[in-house]
Amino acid sequence: MSTLNRRVLPGFGLGLSTTILYLSLLVLLPLAACLWKAAELSPAEFWAAVWTPRAVAAYKLTFVASLLAALVNVVVGSIVGWTLVRYDFPFKRLIDALVDVPFALPTAVAGLVYASLYVSDGWLGQFLTPLGIQGAYSRFGIVLVLIFTGFPFVVRTIQPVLEDLDAETEEAAANLGADRWQTFTRVILPTIIPPALTGFTLAFARAIGEYGSVVFISSNKQFETEIAPMLIFARLEAYEYREAAAVASVLLGFSFLMLIFINVLERWSQRHEN
Amino acid sequence: MRIDAEFVGAASVSDRSNTPSLADARGSVRSRTDPAWVRYSLIGFTVGTVALLILVPLISVFAQAFSKGMLAYWKSLADDSDTMHSMFLTLMVAPLAVAINTVFGIAAAYSIARFRFPGRAILTTLIDLPFSVSPVVAGLIFVLLFGLQSTAGTWLKAHGYQIIFAPPGLVLATAFVTFPFVARELIPVMESQGADEEIAARSMGANGWQMFWRITVPNIKWGLIYGVILCNARAMGEFGAIFVVSGRIGGATDTMPLRVEKLIQEYNQQAAFAVASVLTLLSLITLLLKVVVERKLRAEKTRPGD
Amino acid sequence: MLYRLLFLLIVVYLISAAVWVVRAGIVRDGNPNDLLNVACDPTRELWRELNANFQEHRELRTGKRPSIRQSHGGSSSQARAVIDGLDGDVVTLAMFPDTDAIRKAGLIAPNWQAQLPNRSLPFVSTIVFVVRKENPKNIRDWCDLARPDIATITPNPKTSGNGKWSFLALWGAVTQRGGSDDDAIEYVRKVYSQTPVLDTSARASTMTFAQKKIGDVHLTWENEAHLEVQEAGGALEIVYPPISVLAEPHVAVVDRVVDRKGTRATAEAYLKYLYTEEAQEIIASHHYRPTNADVAARTAGLFPKIELFPITKLAKDWGEIQERFFAEGAIYDRISGSGVKR
Repeated sequence: MSTLNRRVLPGFGLGLSTTILYLSLLVLLPLAACLWKAAELSPAEFWAAVWTPRAVAAYKLTFVASLLAALVNVVVGSIVGWTLVRYDFPFKRLIDALVDVPFALPTAVAGLVYASLYVSDGWLGQFLTPLGIQGAYSRFGIVLVLIFTGFPFVVRTIQPVLEDLDAETEEAAANLGADRWQTFTRVILPTIIPPALTGFTLAFARAIGEYGSVVFISSNKQFETEIAPMLIFARLEAYEYREAAAVASVLLGFSFLMLIFINVLERWSQRHEN
Repeated sequence: MRIDAEFVGAASVSDRSNTPSLADARGSVRSRTDPAWVRYSLIGFTVGTVALLILVPLISVFAQAFSKGMLAYWKSLADDSDTMHSMFLTLMVAPLAVAINTVFGIAAAYSIARFRFPGRAILTTLIDLPFSVSPVVAGLIFVLLFGLQSTAGTWLKAHGYQIIFAPPGLVLATAFVTFPFVARELIPVMESQGADEEIAARSMGANGWQMFWRITVPNIKWGLIYGVILCNARAMGEFGAIFVVSGRIGGATDTMPLRVEKLIQEYNQQAAFAVASVLTLLSLITLLLKVVVERKLRAEKTRPGD
Repeated sequence: MLYRLLFLLIVVYLISAAVWVVRAGIVRDGNPNDLLNVACDPTRELWRELNANFQEHRELRTGKRPSIRQSHGGSSSQARAVIDGLDGDVVTLAMFPDTDAIRKAGLIAPNWQAQLPNRSLPFVSTIVFVVRKENPKNIRDWCDLARPDIATITPNPKTSGNGKWSFLALWGAVTQRGGSDDDAIEYVRKVYSQTPVLDTSARASTMTFAQKKIGDVHLTWENEAHLEVQEAGGALEIVYPPISVLAEPHVAVVDRVVDRKGTRATAEAYLKYLYTEEAQEIIASHHYRPTNADVAARTAGLFPKIELFPITKLAKDWGEIQERFFAEGAIYDRISGSGVKR
């Protein structure tokens, strides 16, 4: 079929060469420049730059906060996705549209408004601070804002799958005597696990790289609320380019691994669907 | 799709249409109704979550922007030349980055969806790469590439051109960060549509460009618009990458998100929220367009090549 | 038909945007009246007022109204930015080494300090404390900062002028009162180990202390302290320690840039303007210590008495200061290491 296409459809050469050229110039070349710069350090220097206690604390925070946020998003997102597909209620259309706000809202605005809401005299902070819950300038705040940015991922990956769910299968299950809970765990749950997993990984990947919103709500305390991209920024401002590139390379390596994982996952869930 | 098909026995193939038949509806009511308490608590949870997570912050942005009244709001936007310039700059940089990513996205989707070639999977993965790269890293790589301590940067400066600390650098950084959006959207659309129409057009004698403009583009137009909208939303809101490459020259290289940060640092919370409210308004318009386009898109995706 | 028109409009818009962006990258010999002032971080409000007045002043004299743009950031970061291609016509950074680094890179002519009165210092300042309302931890002097229950906020010496001045103030507070170098090293090690956040610039530190409410004491410029307390509406107060460092923020014209852009006349007039009485009054009103003797005498009430020691009391000259304290592997690097968990 491919050979047939190439003979019949024009533009393969043009399309592919444009794609590869643009990809190389805008993405691969700059990324290579970063790795090249990091390579200027000797292995010992590289290690010293990327594995300081402060850096390790930053990686841990980035990783754990993103993981927590993604987990919360899986649970909350699944419930919200389910509710939006299965039930009818007033303002449903509005709620459904609002789910996409984190996709569209600039990250800086999100961080800014969340910080202002959860400060001790903010709309929400005034209730939470007396309870000892610090929403702004704390680790909790970081997780909160990451939950916000990752919220639509799980909802939007689950919804289409739930919508396509075969009504007759559920009906047959009920006819065969399965109660609602059994139908849920045996029939419905297995279907939504692949898209939920995909959504989770997407939310996780997004959270790991998130900068704009976190920087507004974080206090940037070393060892406590300093995320990995902040480390790079601090080095950059001090013009320690090679060290900045080194930490960036570590993050890049991780992003790349995540990416491969997501793609494998997507392909697996697609095969499962069929 | 159905894992427990054997367990259930007869597994009929559902007709993927969105309109349920009367039998379906009755069956739906009987077997798919959850107990009322489950329904209400889940609905309550959903509404509560969306309200708390999304609605309250949205309202807060506007509340704080207008906290000093309508006149102060208008003044903080229109009377401040740096703010006006930041809006102008955002409207120059973001659409440009989106435009070049759109051209690329179409080229990539066409190559990947219509043809099979070795390395196709790798190409698809590479296209997704910027999606998972942190914006600060995105900014850093362009500083490394075009800053004055690089060969490219020095050569350009010697010939009177500057990329970093100037708008061209902003466009590059934004284009990098929003790179995959259009392609990612178009590839599944084009794949599900199939090449039949285009092949038919060719067999009727259309040349390459005729086929492209009259068949390919109109067919994907809703997917294209959808991708452009998502891309634009992200482009306008980009903060981290721009912060690194811009030099933060007020009135020259501050885009709107950067302006927000600067206003906060200058103790001007109301003005910062005023600019934030403009960004929020733009994103809400984006969402509205998205909803409209989504409906058209669903029709386009399920149409089997007509 | 409508779609065609829309499409056409979009294409026209994009082409104009592209043209604008591409042209914006051209390093142009622009208007000889347009200046870019590359400044350190906390001077934003000062320059806003000075610039507005200078524009009037210049227009009266030459009939042309100059336009002045500002870029703010950590002093050392800004210096590097200029070396890396940020086209500042003048630099108004926080300390000598930053401006001199630009000279070393060939962008400023040697002997730049002599070009303007008072070694190119239109004003000086110092480092003081800002504490919470009613000073609950009773922080009065430098020795208090070493107490284990005190968290200090000050910017990163590697990027910020404020950061370096704070360090020198901390060091001098020990050695100027009889302490040995070893005492000083122990002291700064202690203080920096109790610094939870090291921001990249002065204003960022102010945000951390005042807005995010982190830390017990904030070491900052005198002028920044006054602004911070004013904006805090009662939640913060200034504490003047008995002794502090004399902070000297030099100003200079960036010769390579002004000669290329043809802005030398305007740039030199701009910096000379800072020494006029009008400008010195504005400077004093923003709590920077003016160097004009008359204005200083008149505004003495704004500036509490504090013993100020110049850096020459800490080392022979700036070269030695850089080498001893801030160079790679020098004292600051040694005491901060890779950060020690509190």
